[in-house]
Amino acid sequence: MAQVTLNGVGKTYPNGFEAVKPSSFDIADGEFVVLVGPSGCGKSTLLRMVAGLEDITAGSLNIGDREVNDVDPADRDVAMVFQNYALYPHMTVRKNIGYGLKNRGTSAAEIEAKVQDAAKMLDLSALLDRKPSQLSGGQRQRVAMGRAVVRDPALFLFDEPLSNLDAKLRNQMRIEIKALQRRLGVTSIYVTHDQVEAMTMADRIIVLNGGEIEQIGTPAEIYHNPASKFVASFMGAPPMNLIDAQLENGEIRMNGSTVLTAPSDQAYAGPVTMGIRPEDVVIDEAGSTPFTIEIVEELGAHRLLHGRLAGHAFTVHVGKESLANAGEVRLQIKPDAIRLFQPETGKAI
Amino acid sequence: MARSQTRKPFKWAPVFDHTILILGALFMLVPVVLAFVTSSHSAVQIAREGIMFVPGSHLGENYSKAMFEKGGFTATIDGMVMLKNSLILGLGFALGKIIISMLAAYALVYFRLRFATFAFWIIFTTLLLPLEVRILPSYEAIQRLDLANTYTGLIVPLIASATGTFFFRQFFRSVPEELAEAARIDGAGPVKFFIDILVPLSQTMIAAIFIIMFVFGWNQYLWPTLITTDEGLFTLVRGIKQIYQTMIDANSIPEYGQALALAIIAMLPPVLIVIFFQSWFVKGLTESDK
Ligand SMILES: Nc1ncnc2c1ncn2[C@@H]1O[C@H](COP(=O)(O)OP(=O)(O)O)[C@@H](O)[C@H]1O
Ligand SMILES: [Mg+2]
Repeated sequence: MAQVTLNGVGKTYPNGFEAVKPSSFDIADGEFVVLVGPSGCGKSTLLRMVAGLEDITAGSLNIGDREVNDVDPADRDVAMVFQNYALYPHMTVRKNIGYGLKNRGTSAAEIEAKVQDAAKMLDLSALLDRKPSQLSGGQRQRVAMGRAVVRDPALFLFDEPLSNLDAKLRNQMRIEIKALQRRLGVTSIYVTHDQVEAMTMADRIIVLNGGEIEQIGTPAEIYHNPASKFVASFMGAPPMNLIDAQLENGEIRMNGSTVLTAPSDQAYAGPVTMGIRPEDVVIDEAGSTPFTIEIVEELGAHRLLHGRLAGHAFTVHVGKESLANAGEVRLQIKPDAIRLFQPETGKAI
Repeated sequence: MARSQTRKPFKWAPVFDHTILILGALFMLVPVVLAFVTSSHSAVQIAREGIMFVPGSHLGENYSKAMFEKGGFTATIDGMVMLKNSLILGLGFALGKIIISMLAAYALVYFRLRFATFAFWIIFTTLLLPLEVRILPSYEAIQRLDLANTYTGLIVPLIASATGTFFFRQFFRSVPEELAEAARIDGAGPVKFFIDILVPLSQTMIAAIFIIMFVFGWNQYLWPTLITTDEGLFTLVRGIKQIYQTMIDANSIPEYGQALALAIIAMLPPVLIVIFFQSWFVKGLTESDK
């Protein structure tokens, strides 16, 4: 087990493309960190640099007390789970799981014992003599996990390990992976483009965009206090409502007429982008803001009301007990539900 | 009720297909059958009457003489020795080509060589230069290395294979990159990855190339003729020719029966290889591990 320290780690590919801008952060021993961001933002590149599969072109990377920039992947004491699992197709599950140990000169008896342990932990005991082609997607996923677990590494690396599973299995595996990581206490870096996975699994989330870190924080921090418009719109489903408006004298004006009270202590004046989470507003006869419901999305446990607020697309999230029909309602929007961003830079004010 | 059924219209397509297939099969098989039937007659009779259509009485005699009677100028070589030489050539040729081309493809695909693509195209263009084109320099080189009349001299100049390299390169490129990366993290170096992962994955490719190359090597004629003058190294394919050559030189009737017997025997190993590996090959394809 180990902490991981990135100090200005960046990657410029040989073709001159800077996939990861110099980034610095620490991961504590036993922490589960999720790297999240849209496709192509450099998540895999960053993870692969930690694994040693990709050269680090800037900065330094430490795993434990050791700088590992030039250390071979095999000697970094990391284990990685790939999106397509990368199981060895011609080997049985037993051999797949034991291969890393065999290469490290572990005795046959010890390999067998460790493989049995890992298999038991992952519910694979009955499948040890099968080949990957004879397994379901979820089982393959487990084997890939087994291959990582069996070596008892200092660091787990996951690159979108659940993307190839159907939604139901994904939810189940999400919980299993998290539980397993808790139990083993191994420091983990988990890459995903799925904000739900990030929110549910992470101790800490790192949001990446265009090769740059947008924000680092706990799921709650990221959700409630997004550092930028990008984070606000990327994290949360449905995303935060973002509306361009004008801030003056503690009042937010949309399209000239509709007025909201700004969060307190705003020295700033001028154009802003206002962000409101769909669940942070209430439908209230006495509310001050008119809202036109156009479409009601029925989701069982709750409803999403899509419509227009001062001419802007706006979504409201209400409980299942709340009535909902297309038409005019009034909303109560509390000042502390409002986040403000600079329109050009996108940064939070 | 029975009457209500309309008659199915007669389908001509299957008849047509089968006619072509049967004609093709006959075209391939009849010469072999005739060679076999004729090989059961005595040389004198064949010399007099040509190809025979009914079996004769010299079958056992022709085959045992062809295989076990020492012949040639020096009377040192029999069919068994030639069979052995042909097997050595066929196997050495096929295995050599597989090993060389797999290693070349491995280097081209998995290592960041600066000029990998260029090197590949250089290798690929050698397809335009088969052995026949470079036969004189090859001969000269082997001669100078004192390797004429050795198995090494017979096999080594033939085993460079652009075709094999090409096929293995394409195959390796289709293997997911993550497999190599997983193996790297699992502590497998380049040699281990090659032997533990890549070779087993290539089984079907290896089988396919082995079939083609074994038959190709087995049927080599020009190069062996040039490089082996020692009769102890003659292959079956050459032996067939040799049987009448010596007889004609000696002004007697060529041993047609024996030559045909040898021809039939020369056909067997490639046929067996194809039959044996084909089932294996198909199994590999259908049990695809992907
Ligand atoms: N070998 C490479 N050479 C050049 N650019 C690359 C290479 N690999 C990835 N990239 C680029 O780097 C960016 C980040 O890629 P990646 O880390 O795979 O993104 P993701 O966040 O989807 O995992 C992408 O724009 C991709 O096109
Ligand atoms: Mg990726």
